[in-house]
Amino acid sequence: MKVRVHVSLKPGVLDPQGRAIHHSLEGLGFSGVNDVRAGRLFELDVADTVSDEAIDDMCKKLLANMVIENYRIEKVA
Amino acid sequence: MAFRSAVVTFPGSNCDRDLAVALEKISGTECIRVWHGDAELPENLDFIGLPGGFSYGDYLRCGAIASRSPVMQAVVAAANRGVPVFGVCNGFQVLTESGLLPGALLRNSGIRFVCREVSLKVENAQSLFTSGYEAGQHIRVPVAHHDGNYHADEETLDRLEGEGRVAFRYAEDVNGSARQIAGVLNAAGNVLGMMPHPERAIESIHGGTDGRALFESAIRGMVGA
Repeated sequence: MKVRVHVSLKPGVLDPQGRAIHHSLEGLGFSGVNDVRAGRLFELDVADTVSDEAIDDMCKKLLANMVIENYRIEKVA
Repeated sequence: MAFRSAVVTFPGSNCDRDLAVALEKISGTECIRVWHGDAELPENLDFIGLPGGFSYGDYLRCGAIASRSPVMQAVVAAANRGVPVFGVCNGFQVLTESGLLPGALLRNSGIRFVCREVSLKVENAQSLFTSGYEAGQHIRVPVAHHDGNYHADEETLDRLEGEGRVAFRYAEDVNGSARQIAGVLNAAGNVLGMMPHPERAIESIHGGTDGRALFESAIRGMVGA
């Protein structure tokens, strides 16, 4: 089973990397970009026997830092 | 009683020797070196040091993988028993990732790696680690980090301030840290994490000795003068 875990900074947490990317996009002449937030994507290949709870636990215990980040689990196939 | 300290080395630590040497020079006793894969710590420790560096190449998040290593289970247990734990730079990141200290350390607001000497204000001079300083005293200590931008929600920041758990504050904006916080204590006062490197300011050849008092305070607090 393929699982994607999207990790993003919580709203309100400053994102200096996103800001720098935003700045760079403007430098390239792209207009109309209001904001950029950088995040992470994990692609996991897990056995079909792995439960949803276990995947959720992986996110909470390691993949995301719950102090500053949110996560979203997406089952691909 | 002789002072008994240990410093943990993770793969990618690069200030472990500096920290061990600082402890040895100031205490006059040997500092025990512990490997990240060790599941147990030596017994009867008076001080556990988590050094600076780039443990596990800063993969995932700074300090994230190190905070889940076998030795950290033992460090967390020791901290909860009241053993003093001191994390510098990457060690501070490991402490926040392990949950021993609140908050998180984000990328510096200016994006750049900051490597220079900074001025710190001692906010709490009554803790185990800071009793050798005067409250409000300014000290000069080096910083060298890319991810030292301290973040916590407003409620947590208010609580830290109210409980006197902000040990050190930058006298200037160095990395975008919330309320210019440079070092924080846990609720019990036996865990301190800070981004600046006091172990790099213990001999005049370093350009300053303002870091000495931190180690002297902890040694005095644990084994007497």
